[in-house]
Amino acid sequence: MKTFTYTITDEVGIHARPAGLLVKEAKAYDSKITVTKDGKSAEAKKLMALMSLGVKKGDTITVSVEGGDEELVAGKMEEFFRNNL
Amino acid sequence: MEEKFGKKIFNGIAIGKIKYYTRAENKVVRTKIADVEAELARYEAAKKTAVDQLQDLYEKAVVEVGETNAEIFHVHAMMLDDDDYNESVQNIIATQGVNVEYAAAVTGDNFAEMFANMDDEYFKARSADIRDITERLLTILCGGGRGSEIGDEPVILLAEDLAPSETVQMDKSKLLAFVTRLGSANSHTAILARTMGIPALVGVDIRQDWDGKIGVVDGYEGKFIIDPEMPLLEFYFKKKAVDDEQKELLQTLKNQENVTKSGQKINLYANIGNPGDLPAVLENDAGGIGLFRSEFLYLEAEKYPTEEEQFQAYKKVVETMGGKKVIIRTLDIGADKQVDYFQLDKEENPAMGYRAIRICLTRPEIFRTQLRALFRASGYGNLAIMYPMIISVDEVRKIKEISLSVRKELLAEGVKLGQVEEGIMIETPAAAIISDELAREVDFFSIGTNDLTQYTLAIDRQNAKLDTFYDSHHPAVLWLIQRVTDNAHKAGIWVGICGELGADVTLTETFLRMGVDELSVSPGCVLLVRKAIRETEIADV
Repeated sequence: MKTFTYTITDEVGIHARPAGLLVKEAKAYDSKITVTKDGKSAEAKKLMALMSLGVKKGDTITVSVEGGDEELVAGKMEEFFRNNL
Repeated sequence: MEEKFGKKIFNGIAIGKIKYYTRAENKVVRTKIADVEAELARYEAAKKTAVDQLQDLYEKAVVEVGETNAEIFHVHAMMLDDDDYNESVQNIIATQGVNVEYAAAVTGDNFAEMFANMDDEYFKARSADIRDITERLLTILCGGGRGSEIGDEPVILLAEDLAPSETVQMDKSKLLAFVTRLGSANSHTAILARTMGIPALVGVDIRQDWDGKIGVVDGYEGKFIIDPEMPLLEFYFKKKAVDDEQKELLQTLKNQENVTKSGQKINLYANIGNPGDLPAVLENDAGGIGLFRSEFLYLEAEKYPTEEEQFQAYKKVVETMGGKKVIIRTLDIGADKQVDYFQLDKEENPAMGYRAIRICLTRPEIFRTQLRALFRASGYGNLAIMYPMIISVDEVRKIKEISLSVRKELLAEGVKLGQVEEGIMIETPAAAIISDELAREVDFFSIGTNDLTQYTLAIDRQNAKLDTFYDSHHPAVLWLIQRVTDNAHKAGIWVGICGELGADVTLTETFLRMGVDELSVSPGCVLLVRKAIRETEIADV
């Protein structure tokens, strides 16, 4: 399993639009991707669960990636967060 | 005639016939089914139809409100594709042996409730999205329509609440304004109303029997008038004419630089007294906030506002403004702004009395609370602090001492601070005259022309008898502004004007010649001043 942490800089956090983008991105990979905030976790492939974390600007989240392509996917996801959130 | 108030979403005036919008409610009945597989197939088919409809809506919305706002319909399609939502519907069908309509309605309610219970306003407002996609499924399954038609005549639309898909499906040329009971400033309907540029109010206590009456929506005051009487209606026709002209100006001047024909640039910011003014700041394309009067926090409260309350208010403003500069003035209570819990004595001459920084320096606990809130908010945007009613260097040094100790305290607590410019108001003749010394102590000056004029001319502006003596362009005042500007530049700091004189377009050229770096005016004046700047030509600069 690969994990990394990221602090959200987007003004409104993981709101509807970026959450949609994140789900799209996550669904492109086989690995299981989990986003955790304050002990609450959601799968990155599930839009409503992800939004229900209520991730806001300044929040630090932990992203963990588990699967055959985890090395590659973790890098891709980190890039995604930097570019979109 | 009746008058109602609501939360303003978008400025503007609308006058027209009222239409009460009713949604065709889908009545869902729980029925037992025999064939689970067939019911699941019905669900899949309805979902597919819904996704197709959303794609059509997306394409319509892209044209009407742009790609960013239209994206919500893609998000809706993804919500319909959400694993948890689907599993819930499928589970209810399979385990209870019930119809898909019932399963979808229950699932929709559960998910909507989950969002409605979240702390954050933005995420709370998302429960409307869940209800919208669920209603869409139910309409497809029940074969019903999607609510009442607007008709041929342009109307002020009244509704309990509007789903984004409903607003997009409406014929925009028939819409004068939205007035709803529910909904928030963050709802997609509000965002769409802003993008479409039509006045909108939410949180209004609406009634169905107003349908067909004449109404006026005043988006500036957050007011909705039903059956207005003649003089008032005439007043609003005039106000609407002015407003239309202003909006035309907005179209041509929005996103234009504040630059003279000779190439000189100046910053043009807005003055606000309350976070409620923020939409107006953004609509009028101000480059920042040049004066945010923090008094509203104290005037609206019954006791001293806590650090946390203040922090939330300041944070909201700097966040909303993105990276743009927000200059917040520390409290200016006293003079004409009285607050009971401050327990100030009655004074003979309050304009020259115990007010503003004089209160802060003698009651440091109040001052420190405000400074802590301000510095904490500084980590969330581009915040600057401005101190009012300064007359001496000694005062400024005392302020800086307190400010430094507050910052140290916060750093020790591990709070992240932003880069904060600290400046002073130049609104007393004393400050203007010693502005060379003051300039060495601070990061910027902002000239408050209202008080500076009243103190320089010794004229009480509230006294109508003195109007014949009052000259807002008095050479003494203009001389002081020039002196302050020169002294600021000598010390390498910038200088702005945040009083009413800043919006006086007959002086715009004068200020540009003086070399003033920033003008801060009320949001509604930003574009008028921009127009004046862009028409100015100064050959010898």
